[in-house]
Amino acid sequence: MEEILQLLSEDARLTDAQIAERTGISEAEAKDAVAKLEKDKVIRRYKTVIDWERAGIEHVFGFIEVRCAPERGVGFDAVAERIMEFPEVHSLYLMSGAYDFLVVIQGGNMRDVAYFVAEKLAPLDHVVGTATHFVLRRYKVDGDVMVERAQAKRLPVTP
Amino acid sequence: MAKTRPRVARRVQTLRPSGIRRFFELVERMPEAISLGIGEPDFITPWRVREAGIYSLERGHTHYTPNRGIGPLLQEIAQYLDRRFGVSYDPDTELVVTVGGSEAIDVALRTVLEPNDGVLIPQPCFVSYVPCAVLAGGRALQVSTSVEHDFQVQVDDLAEAYDEGTRALLISYPSNPTGAVMPRAGMEALVEFAADRDMLIISDEIYAELTYDGAHCSAAATPVGRQRTILVGGFSKAWAMTGWRLGFAAGPADIIEAMVKVHSYAVMCSPTTAQEAAIEALRGCDEEIDQMRREYNQRRRVMLNRLNEMGLSCFEPKGAFYAFPSVSATGLTSEQFAERLLEEEKVAVVPGTAFGPSGEGFVRCSYATSMPLIEEAMLRMAGFVSRVGG
Repeated sequence: MEEILQLLSEDARLTDAQIAERTGISEAEAKDAVAKLEKDKVIRRYKTVIDWERAGIEHVFGFIEVRCAPERGVGFDAVAERIMEFPEVHSLYLMSGAYDFLVVIQGGNMRDVAYFVAEKLAPLDHVVGTATHFVLRRYKVDGDVMVERAQAKRLPVTP
Repeated sequence: MAKTRPRVARRVQTLRPSGIRRFFELVERMPEAISLGIGEPDFITPWRVREAGIYSLERGHTHYTPNRGIGPLLQEIAQYLDRRFGVSYDPDTELVVTVGGSEAIDVALRTVLEPNDGVLIPQPCFVSYVPCAVLAGGRALQVSTSVEHDFQVQVDDLAEAYDEGTRALLISYPSNPTGAVMPRAGMEALVEFAADRDMLIISDEIYAELTYDGAHCSAAATPVGRQRTILVGGFSKAWAMTGWRLGFAAGPADIIEAMVKVHSYAVMCSPTTAQEAAIEALRGCDEEIDQMRREYNQRRRVMLNRLNEMGLSCFEPKGAFYAFPSVSATGLTSEQFAERLLEEEKVAVVPGTAFGPSGEGFVRCSYATSMPLIEEAMLRMAGFVSRVGG
């Protein structure tokens, strides 16, 4: 099962037949295994890694540190729920250390992000401070290197 | 005027040029070809190992090391051999770090052979064995292996090639070029054969980590085997460190001490940077090795499947990163098959004959290349086979 997950995490478009051939099981077994992983929500969905910059589409990435004074009796969860409802929020993490939440923003342009922080995030109840960091360049994202590098060459035939 | 003498020793003149060489030149002229002819990993050395090498250089570790290798690396190798293959060696007296497994083979032969001693060499085999035996003054006694026995050498065939002057048996499992492995029972039979005739075993286990079905059995993993085996290993394959040129030999102290002598006169010591990087390879790379092995195994299954589907029957290779299909169904010789496949489909494989006469009728296909390239190469090859009539 782990091998199937690993294969799909690399290439979500692998067919059942390809999974079967690579792992040495039958196609029917592969189909059943994937169906079960989907049903159990181990596989939550299939996505595509896109290099927006290469596509020429403006797509800002930002990390926003959020400090807050959590609500009595409810803790951070109530604040988190309010933050994550905004569609601008790509990811949201509760952190240890100097701030409480890390909000990852993806999409739109800088003005959109600035507007979101100023008008939506900062004024939220319990939020006491924010610090916004814009990404200047993405080198590696979710395990994928996003910059072009020369391939190391091998001799064409060796013993 | 004095009569001119040949400037190259007869021994060297008589060495056949590697069968790979000619093919290399053909493929080199065709940069767009997909090469399944490469005998090294497509992976790059894990970063943590490269980083350790960089750190070694940064600290200015650019001097000679002790002849046999640096202490911490010898200790790591000893622990590794024990942990992975259940063979224990004293790092101070029973190990030597060499310039690749290749140097270990050369030094082992030069250390143990008297002039004209015979060396039993099952073939098809790696291209250097026969020349190294000849250069060491020995006689290469080639023993054919066949697909009927999954390219595992048979004791009967060894016995037939054996003569009184035979000193050593040189084996390599998992095998380049066939991908054959030697299970424990077979290995024990080989060890027994050698012990009965007081022969030494030089066991090239460079592909030991790349075994896909069952555990690798070292020739040194039995008490009888251990006392007469020179075990050769290295970092090139499993750690993807071919260019670093680092290997090792393990064996009984009397032989290893003598090998250190030969090694020290030949090369002084192995590269310092590579030795320091290799410590990191043994300490921190188990996960990366697992990942590479898993990927090789996936490619192996795909290649084996496709070869059999296209009508080139292929026994299941259980080690290394090669498949060794028969091309006899096409009516072509190994060389004809490889040349025409290259010309007509721009796919390079290596004729089996490059690895010895019993490689005739087979080609070596390396799956140390990316899955998309393997799939494309298999498509083209299938087209070729159906055209020439498989």
